[in-house]
Amino acid sequence: MARAHVITTVNGDPVEFLCDTEQTLLDVLRDELHLTGSKEGCASGDCGACSVIVDGRLVCACLMLGVEAQGHSIETIEGMAGGDRLHPLQTKFLEHAALQCGVCTPGFLVAAKSLLERNPDPTETEVRYWLAGNLCRCTGYDKIVRAVLDAAQEMRGG
Amino acid sequence: MAAQNGGTTNGGTRWIGTRPVRPDGVDKVTGRARFGADLHLPNMLVGKVLRSPHAHARIRSIDTSAALALPGVKAIVTRDDFDDLPSEFVPAGEMLINYRDVVRNVMAREKALFEGHPLAAVAATSEKVAKEALDLIRVDYEVLPHVLDIDEAIAPDAPLLHEDMITAGVEPPPSAPSNVAKVVEFAHGDVEAGFAEADVVVEREFSTQPVHQGYIEPHSCVASFAEDGQAELWCTTQGHFVVRGHCAKLLGMEVSKLRVTASEIGGGFGGKTVVYLEPLALALSRKSGHPVKMTMSREEVFRASGPAPGTWARVRVGVTKDGRITAGEAELKYQAGAFQGSPVQPGCMCAFAPYDLEHVKVTGYDVVVNRPKVAAYRAPGAPQSEYAVESIIDELAKRIGMDPVELRLKNAAREGTRAAYGPTFGPIGLVETLEAARSHEHYRAPLAPGRGRGVASGFWFNIGGETCATLNLGEDGTIALVAGTPDIGGSRAALCLQTAEALGVDVEKIRPLIGDTSTLGYTFLTGGSRTAFASGLAVIEASKDMIGQLCERAAKIWNIPVDAVEWADGEARPAGANAGEFDPLTLADLAGVAGKTGGPIVGRAQINAQGAGPSFGTHLVDVDVDRETGRVTIERYTVIQDAGKAVHPSYVEGQLQGGAVQGIGWALNEEYVYDEYGRLQNPGFLDYRIPVCSDVPMIDTVIVEVANPTHPYGVRGVGETPIVPPMAAIANAVEGALGIRFTDLPMSPPRVLKALEEAHIPEAAD
Repeated sequence: MARAHVITTVNGDPVEFLCDTEQTLLDVLRDELHLTGSKEGCASGDCGACSVIVDGRLVCACLMLGVEAQGHSIETIEGMAGGDRLHPLQTKFLEHAALQCGVCTPGFLVAAKSLLERNPDPTETEVRYWLAGNLCRCTGYDKIVRAVLDAAQEMRGG
Repeated sequence: MAAQNGGTTNGGTRWIGTRPVRPDGVDKVTGRARFGADLHLPNMLVGKVLRSPHAHARIRSIDTSAALALPGVKAIVTRDDFDDLPSEFVPAGEMLINYRDVVRNVMAREKALFEGHPLAAVAATSEKVAKEALDLIRVDYEVLPHVLDIDEAIAPDAPLLHEDMITAGVEPPPSAPSNVAKVVEFAHGDVEAGFAEADVVVEREFSTQPVHQGYIEPHSCVASFAEDGQAELWCTTQGHFVVRGHCAKLLGMEVSKLRVTASEIGGGFGGKTVVYLEPLALALSRKSGHPVKMTMSREEVFRASGPAPGTWARVRVGVTKDGRITAGEAELKYQAGAFQGSPVQPGCMCAFAPYDLEHVKVTGYDVVVNRPKVAAYRAPGAPQSEYAVESIIDELAKRIGMDPVELRLKNAAREGTRAAYGPTFGPIGLVETLEAARSHEHYRAPLAPGRGRGVASGFWFNIGGETCATLNLGEDGTIALVAGTPDIGGSRAALCLQTAEALGVDVEKIRPLIGDTSTLGYTFLTGGSRTAFASGLAVIEASKDMIGQLCERAAKIWNIPVDAVEWADGEARPAGANAGEFDPLTLADLAGVAGKTGGPIVGRAQINAQGAGPSFGTHLVDVDVDRETGRVTIERYTVIQDAGKAVHPSYVEGQLQGGAVQGIGWALNEEYVYDEYGRLQNPGFLDYRIPVCSDVPMIDTVIVEVANPTHPYGVRGVGETPIVPPMAAIANAVEGALGIRFTDLPMSPPRVLKALEEAHIPEAAD
């Protein structure tokens, strides 16, 4: 079967790619566009390691087809830092040692960014429930939650 | 944070104990870090595995002809592509493996021994073609009766997994084969005499379910074989030197012809100390002439990689009215999975390790069943046996009316105690963790009605082992640190800090990397909580080697004897009679002129690290139990552990927190569900539920520091002990809340509800 031609936007840049119709957005990002920051931990939407933002909405890239990206705007971990400056969430994850192996980290950062865009002043409970779709097996979540709360405070100017 | 130094006084104050941003941090928050599945090579094929749908079946034949004929299929390997290997046990983490079994585990030979057992592997131009090819492989099976659980496996008429397996460790050896691979025993004193001294004796049976390590990154590798027989392998592993050894053995290669590079590793916890895909990818690459990438799906990770064993235990402990434990006895049976080699031996050795006992006896059974071969999981074997013992200690405390921390303190192992498994302890920190628990605000805080509070202690040995490190001095005085232990949780930061301390230079001047198997001498894997300790010792030794060279260069420049030069605060200074005569030379000064004073400066170390300090911890937990749903909620959790010396305290805290939450999952949720055909029903994170962020509270930590005298800064491993106490601590807390003692894990809502019904505790009590 002929491959589909898709025109989309990734991290603010216009992008065109060809993909098989059954390829997921995650397959396309990783295998076609070589944006391997989004990780495959389950391919079933349970672990959140492939979290991306599509038109402002948090999505598991493994649950969306590549062809569905047509005409939409996709943000991945690779677009999170601006130029040579880390996003405050990235800085706080480092300061709080909120990662050990780091494979879940891109997904947590993208998910946390999506949270703070909606709710700049979340409670600990709100952070915990928003991030409940992202699995981390190393940290026990303590330092991740602290990093997100600290980043939120800094981004509020406090 | 408590800092209680006992034993020796160790140096190290400038960098040890600080919290710099980890050197690999930016790569990991930007998506740059390359994990196992992130490597793409030109002309790379995709490899997929055909797996047995049967838990136990004889393989009559495998026909790959139709699959091979499919366009895009480049190679297929089966049992015929691997030579059989004789029985030979080698270390793998803290466990032993046998090459005769490894070659059968990576590719079934005579029989498929568990659902998911590999039967063939295909390399094709795309994943789609590879999967189509798997469907075209014809396997003729003779399906055999299977055994999943210990009781079934040890029954007299049980189907045998290995028809030639005679139980080892029994005298005289049994005449007939069985599913019991071996029996081990550790004992000293006379337990019956000990029990005769006791006022109260409690005996109970316990069971735990297999649990998976649950690393978020599935197994993945890329193999590339050249026409001259040399090969490269990129893989996610806890030990690339160990992978090299295993793969070379299975493929009949010289180790020097195989260069293995460890990718960044997305969690392992013991589960990435063995090989699964790597030998298959190499064999496919050799056959096809292309690089081959293989990655497990999450489902494959659950069906075919090693969990921690399900276990059964019978434990008996006696105590006097005034709280002296008089004897401890345990019988432990551990599932090994399809091949022998459960961690029942360490389970036996750890069971009573926290206590100073005159009379102790532990017997262990290694039992094969038709499940995936177990793999190491964080303190392999210890959580299951210590869960049983620590539950009984709690019950005994209640029976004699003594505070459970007091009872533990009264019997705690300390320096000079002969451990239940044989050796005599040096300086250890169990008493300090118990005292910290007793005085912690958590232990004294009022408990809301209906809630329960539990306490439990835990032990793990920690190991050292073969380790190399190199420090390459750059011409500007900065240093490239090369270590051979994959960094699974921030160890590059810990190694840079120890190097900075030893050399007296700014930690920012040191850039670490994990070298491939050709850049360093043999280095044992990241496991046994050994990396901060053993690779730490190696970088300290390499620093000393470099300082020796730096002092020689300074002596040459100053034209004074080398023993008249001292190294302090990162610079060479004239000492003794020459003190003050010359301006000090910094690392950068000496690096800049290295070419004129003798050539490049490289610090090297190759050691066999001995004297890993044993590790003890004590956990406190408060739980609430929903009487309507049976859900146990962790309301508060405190981990107290001896770190010897916390090199980077944030990452020590992280180990304590992460281990505790894995233990919470083990205690409350995680288990494998099999159907009547021996097929796993919950091979995904939706139905095999590891703790999520909203399941747990903040995990408080207290780091106790009782220096390990064999390490210059007092470091002892911290990674594994934190998973040992949670199951008993939580069971003890649930008992406190409900008055019901759970002796079978997990304490999942259905089991808690059933227990509540049987105990006639009404929902209204909530």
